[in-house]
Amino acid sequence: MALEVALRHRFGRGGDGFALDAAFVAPTPGVTALFGPSGCGKSTVLAAVAGLLRPREGRVALDGDAVLDTARGVFVPPERRRCGVVFQDGRLFPHLSVEANLRFGLRRAPRGAEGPGFDTVVALLGVGHLLARRPAGLSGGEKQRVALGRALLSRPRLLLMDEPLAALDAARRVEVLPFLARLRDAAGLPILYVTHALDEVDALADSLVLLEAGRVVAEGPVEALSVRTDLPVLSGRRDAGALLACEVLAHDPVRGLTRLTLAGGGELLAPLRPNLPPGRRLRVRVRARDVALATQAPEATSISNIVPSTVTGVEAAGSAEVFVSLMAGQTPLLSRVSPDAVARLGLRPGLPVFAMVKAIALDPAGTGAGSL
Amino acid sequence: MTDAWLAPEEWSAVRLSLEVAARSVAVSLAPAVLAAVLLSRGRFPGRTLLDALVHLPLVVPPVVVGWGLLMLFGVRGPVGSLLNDWFGVRLVFTTEGAALATAVMSFPLIVRAVRLGLDGVDPGLEAAAGTLGAGRLDRFFVVTLPLMSPGILAGAVTAFAAGLGEFGAVITFASNIPGETQTLPLAIYSATQTPGGEAAAGRLALVSFGLAVSGLLLAELIARRMGRLLGRGAG
Repeated sequence: MALEVALRHRFGRGGDGFALDAAFVAPTPGVTALFGPSGCGKSTVLAAVAGLLRPREGRVALDGDAVLDTARGVFVPPERRRCGVVFQDGRLFPHLSVEANLRFGLRRAPRGAEGPGFDTVVALLGVGHLLARRPAGLSGGEKQRVALGRALLSRPRLLLMDEPLAALDAARRVEVLPFLARLRDAAGLPILYVTHALDEVDALADSLVLLEAGRVVAEGPVEALSVRTDLPVLSGRRDAGALLACEVLAHDPVRGLTRLTLAGGGELLAPLRPNLPPGRRLRVRVRARDVALATQAPEATSISNIVPSTVTGVEAAGSAEVFVSLMAGQTPLLSRVSPDAVARLGLRPGLPVFAMVKAIALDPAGTGAGSL
Repeated sequence: MTDAWLAPEEWSAVRLSLEVAARSVAVSLAPAVLAAVLLSRGRFPGRTLLDALVHLPLVVPPVVVGWGLLMLFGVRGPVGSLLNDWFGVRLVFTTEGAALATAVMSFPLIVRAVRLGLDGVDPGLEAAAGTLGAGRLDRFFVVTLPLMSPGILAGAVTAFAAGLGEFGAVITFASNIPGETQTLPLAIYSATQTPGGEAAAGRLALVSFGLAVSGLLLAELIARRMGRLLGRGAG
């Protein structure tokens, strides 16, 4: 099952207009992140899927059911698409109470539609104490939680989120992000998630559609795209690096470390996070700039993770940096080093090396990762 | 304001003015909201023409508007003769006629206020309502209409206050019949034309002034209340 999207649209005229020509397939259920710099057309794609924008040409089909097909003259209006949308600015109805906002979609949902009930959603998002209030009296984080609940309660077939955390400050984002993860797990719905924040992708997304200037430059599982060096939108970032799926194995309070098993085999040592129960699945981004390389096993070092690996690729990243792709067993890694290091160590594909990552550089509990 | 202070026929002019203004607002409010929505959101041929037509009473002399109504709704006019033959309704020289003339004159005032209210409504909220399963009419009545209501109320109050003082169109279409179509301004005019009527004119002018100021205060009060009620989302 999948969400198929193919759109062609033009804004404005002539050379200074913006052209959207994007097509991708998002697996369902699952979270697909539409990722790219602002102005790349990701919100436009979302609006077209929701039915709020009528593209010149295109087809949008959810599990084979077309809600838009310009070739066959199909355009299902937004009120009959059953796409729950969470907007960046919340868009709560200011004249209605929080409860009336939450029930707005629920009252209009088709009779047979299934989904979590009112009380379940209220408890899930922790908005029980706000029900009688008006949206004007809520904080930014509270507003977005109500907006999430309102969309979920409309019993949608698909959830669309348009940068739901972008309007919040850092503290509010940290407050809302766990609710998003809980909602994703509880809803069991396909979610299309528009963002330009990589930590949200790490915490929430299963697959990634990379957009640049109205075009899809890459799509696939988040982990697979995280180690590609040919996608400047991702690899050019300071926080670029391999995103690894892992599971909490055990805590070692004496050493101050938490042991993680990697999905591809092997172990990682991370700073102690005793609140994560063993067996909890999560993801860790191993930033390329935090991965050092050695051709001999180092002794007497503070570095906790020393992983025997093989160099699979060496590629210049600008004039002063080089990307070294590695494979540690089944686990791909990415390292960013200076050209000087490449020359001194003679780094080339096939060379066995030791990848070294400080435990402290990993952040399995913060915004850098979330539960899978 | 007491009967002892105002003469009975003066008191009846005040009552009649209030009645005519209230009926004019009642008649024109719904069409004005419709016109405002069409002009603000609609994309149809003849939109500019409708816009001009709605605003015509603002620029055309009121007497000309009254004359137009006389031509249209007079007993021999195309609409007036139908009303008379089919329903036995006669508008010229009646209170209803005075209300109609007032309604036509204040129509653009309401439309303008309603449009201001409508323009303050975030279309994003309507889009959000759509994604939540609300159809076109549902969206309008549950989201747009409540959010534009401060504009509607402002328009109604303004039209009511302006309607109390409508002169030219009323006297042309409905004439100046005491107890029937002689509203406050007409009564003031008549008093000034009558020898020794200065005192009566003064009293009625004072009442006119008082009503206008009360109307303004009421409008301000309502606007504040509504703003709070709507969470300052509009208005």
